[in-house]
Amino acid sequence: MPTKHLLRIENLHHSFENEEVLKGISFSLDKGETKVIVGPSGTGKSTVLNNIIRLVPPTRGKIYLEDTEITSAKNINEIRQQIGFVFQDFGLFNHLTAKGNVMIGLTKVKKMDKNEAEELALFELDRVGLKDYANSYPSQLSGGQKQRVGIARALAMQPKLILFDEPTSALDPELTGEVLKVMRNLAEEGMTMLVVTHEMGFARSVADELIFMEGGNIVEQGDPEKLFTDPDHKRTKEFLFQLTNLYGEGEK
Amino acid sequence: MLDIFMEYYPLFLRGLGVTVFVTIISCFSGTVLGTFLALGKIYGNKFVSALVRLFISIIRGTPLLVQLFIIYYGLPAYGIRLTPIIAAVISFIINSGAYQAEYLRGSIQSISGSQLKAAQSIGMTKWQGIRHIILPQALRRVIPSWTNEFIYMIKYSSLAYVIGAKELMTEGKLIASRNYQFFNVYFIVALIYLVVIVIFVYLFNKIEKKVTIP
Repeated sequence: MPTKHLLRIENLHHSFENEEVLKGISFSLDKGETKVIVGPSGTGKSTVLNNIIRLVPPTRGKIYLEDTEITSAKNINEIRQQIGFVFQDFGLFNHLTAKGNVMIGLTKVKKMDKNEAEELALFELDRVGLKDYANSYPSQLSGGQKQRVGIARALAMQPKLILFDEPTSALDPELTGEVLKVMRNLAEEGMTMLVVTHEMGFARSVADELIFMEGGNIVEQGDPEKLFTDPDHKRTKEFLFQLTNLYGEGEK
Repeated sequence: MLDIFMEYYPLFLRGLGVTVFVTIISCFSGTVLGTFLALGKIYGNKFVSALVRLFISIIRGTPLLVQLFIIYYGLPAYGIRLTPIIAAVISFIINSGAYQAEYLRGSIQSISGSQLKAAQSIGMTKWQGIRHIILPQALRRVIPSWTNEFIYMIKYSSLAYVIGAKELMTEGKLIASRNYQFFNVYFIVALIYLVVIVIFVYLFNKIEKKVTIP
């Protein structure tokens, strides 16, 4: 099927034990787009992201990266190199410096020359505002700094898109801003991003499309402004109203 | 006592040399063996994991001395004849490997599973993740237990004297049977063990500090 979509998800199902957490999710992502998935906890938002890079293999359904069907692809490690992943708990390698964290994928996975990898690592750290912390270990960094290293690590692999799994949920409120700012810049630079978050301000001002999920289904998706002000479904309105009250409108 | 040491120090030192050699080889090779056993137990399939479990319980469940005798006195029946030192080293490696496997298993499992997930997310294979992300952290954490193992091994290596490997204890016994100064000779032997162990512990503590992750 000819397609211009960068990422296409078709009828994705996922079951843990006997519980079906994803009941047929379909959406697509074009190059340069930022889509934000929101929804109550336990709705399967993170499972969608984990299914995409097969950290958790999907039960059923198809996922395409450009024209390649990746749910059953054998070379999953090559596919993962093309899709960045930013974890809620940062997932930094504790025995490596910030620079080491960014470099290791380049040297060990991409087999890049060490000097070249170091140069690229410093460039990416600079991009997230952490050039001065290149030699710090994760334990010496704040949560916001750790997450920015996590983003730099994903960026260094030069992925086609980056998945963000609640990137600010583990952060103190005053530290979320620095991470969101980096993400905002990436979106403006044309990075393709799929973001699971509760940050309504970010969703409203950065997302090209908002996807509201509940109970393993997509309830509604579309222009964020429309979903916030005039959604088709009552549940969308209730949920977004609740979250906006809870987290505020955030920085716009 | 000093006069005894001065008279026989070449023998004491030769014995010490063998003791330290046997210990270092056994302990380091034991670490390599233990690492593979631990990985087999944690990441291996059902068959591998069960095999490792069986091996560890046999080795830990039988006396080192018996293992030593089987290898030195038992194997010749199957045409395998080993020198005392080689037989000692092999049985120590097997024994230490089984114990170290358990230390390492604990250490590996104490590293959060999300580290491996993160490694795979940037395209590492499971093996690359284990090698470059999990093991460097797990091996650091195991150093205190490893130091303990090394101390045990220096002392347990004295068991090799029963098969005639010329380590420190054997040399001591030979000297004592020559001059009948049992108390003095064995006191010197004990003192040598003590000094050597204190030195190694100091060294390993230094190394541990040096490689600690901030």
